[in-house]
Amino acid sequence: MGMTMTQKILAAHAGLDEVRPGQLINVRLDQVLGNDITTPVAINEFEKAGFTSVFDRARINIVLDHFVPNKDVKSAQQSKQCRDFARRHEIVNFFDVGKMGIEHALLPEQGIVTAGDTIIGADSHTCTYGAVGAFSTGGGSTDMAAAMATGSLWFKVPSAIRFVLKGALQPRVSGKDVILHIIGKIGVDGALYKSMEFTGEGVASLSMDDRLCICNMAIEAGAKNGIFPVDDVTVAYLSGRSQRPWTVYEADADAEYDETIEIDLSAIEPTVSWPHLPENTHTAKESEHITIDQVVIGSCTNGRLEDMQAAYEILNGKHVADGVRVIIIPGTMAVYKACIKNGWTEAFVDAGCVVSTPTCGPCLGGYMGILADHERCVSTTNRNFVGRMGHVTSEIYLASPAVAAASALTGHITDPREVE
Amino acid sequence: MNANGRVFKYPDNVDTDVIIPARYLNSQDAKELAQHCMEDIDPEFVRKVHEGDIIVGGWNFGCGSSREHAPLVIKTCGVSCVIAKSFARIFYRNSINIGMPILECEAASDAIENGDEVSIDFDTGVITNVTKGEMYQAEPFPPFIQDIIRAGGLMNSIRAKEGNA
Repeated sequence: MGMTMTQKILAAHAGLDEVRPGQLINVRLDQVLGNDITTPVAINEFEKAGFTSVFDRARINIVLDHFVPNKDVKSAQQSKQCRDFARRHEIVNFFDVGKMGIEHALLPEQGIVTAGDTIIGADSHTCTYGAVGAFSTGGGSTDMAAAMATGSLWFKVPSAIRFVLKGALQPRVSGKDVILHIIGKIGVDGALYKSMEFTGEGVASLSMDDRLCICNMAIEAGAKNGIFPVDDVTVAYLSGRSQRPWTVYEADADAEYDETIEIDLSAIEPTVSWPHLPENTHTAKESEHITIDQVVIGSCTNGRLEDMQAAYEILNGKHVADGVRVIIIPGTMAVYKACIKNGWTEAFVDAGCVVSTPTCGPCLGGYMGILADHERCVSTTNRNFVGRMGHVTSEIYLASPAVAAASALTGHITDPREVE
Repeated sequence: MNANGRVFKYPDNVDTDVIIPARYLNSQDAKELAQHCMEDIDPEFVRKVHEGDIIVGGWNFGCGSSREHAPLVIKTCGVSCVIAKSFARIFYRNSINIGMPILECEAASDAIENGDEVSIDFDTGVITNVTKGEMYQAEPFPPFIQDIIRAGGLMNSIRAKEGNA
């Protein structure tokens, strides 16, 4: 019996010829990650257990992104604890203000994660890096502490759902619409404990930014990881960027999957997840009666260059609707700089938006756009749970940057093809 | 190892944002955070919970963020076990890694009601509903995971292994 792509990466990193679903294995890690919320807890666990040195200072990544530039004294103390630890252990990939980006936008962009890697991050959206052909998953702070100490971690080998992608996306439909559509189809626990392996001739038509967005939200279907095969798009992305040589793993032809689901990319419409679960999907057209107070364009899901470009193309030369607050957050300093250089930042400001430096900020209700009671926000972020962005009666509608930008212009949820 | 307490019953898909909202995550002090446990789904929880009480959820308990603060605040409130039909995988990992007992049991989740008195035998996985006089069988953990729980969490178990090496 053959293995899935994920199983092959795990087997190779566990020193085993083969692994089976359900098997508990100890896996060698290529990269370890934490942020300004989860790293302090990991540092405490690491030190409480009596560890004094990390396994490899070049394979630990600490990214201050959730509450920076720090929003209050307490979050400043947490950043300081991360900074002191990074200095003491000479952590190579420590990203502070001015250098940081939202972790899952930053690590692929910097070439820190690459094909064939195993990566654990103390952040649920660590599953993003499956886009470059890596096994990548989220864990907790104790996982991070153990990984920093030993360079390895326990995993249960997942079974997989295979998604066979066909056709190509229509204009103004993006990776975000694909993953919202899939979550709407299988539910928020539709891939619980499993891998989501994306294959098929449709894969070639998806950009790396689309793939990063799709894998980013695999966790929103409960998945352990999402993963794309390594193809020409991957190689073009990694070339000149990847800091280490990469390894290509392919699923065996006789690999077993729990289920195979065909997705016709050409049939996917601009999609919106209504409160309070990402599985509550409707097309943007079905959502046009919903008026909004705020728009957020950014996050580890949609803070990349193509996301900013989509927002620019829709907002340029126009003005946001009266009574709508629009917050645009480029995901990394490189994206931030490109927005300035391309004149997009000026267009955003002229359109009546504010543009922030990279931060997770409003996505998790930290700061930079908290909602009052009964307010509604169209957001390119990843979760629309109760109270996630502010007051418990506020509402989040998840959508792509194109839908969010179009909705900003009209003041209600809008299919981007309606405003062009 | 046993547990016994009154049940707080919740629906499917209880997410980590309602277990401990991110607006409080500028702190890592477990006692301070525990004052906000379940705040956005059950504002009365913290006032009503007693040492040993049990949380019963449905499918996909603990979905969302990886924040270990979620099982930590539940544990800090004195909850002795969370029973659910299924757990989101990071919540499951985190609970094991910090030594917070959890059990998967569909029958128990279906039958147990809010306020029932329940006792649990962790060695056998038998859940007894004292109020209703019913028993349910949960899947016991595989030995690998039992070792982590018995050691009091992942860091202790790593330390113990290093000591034996």
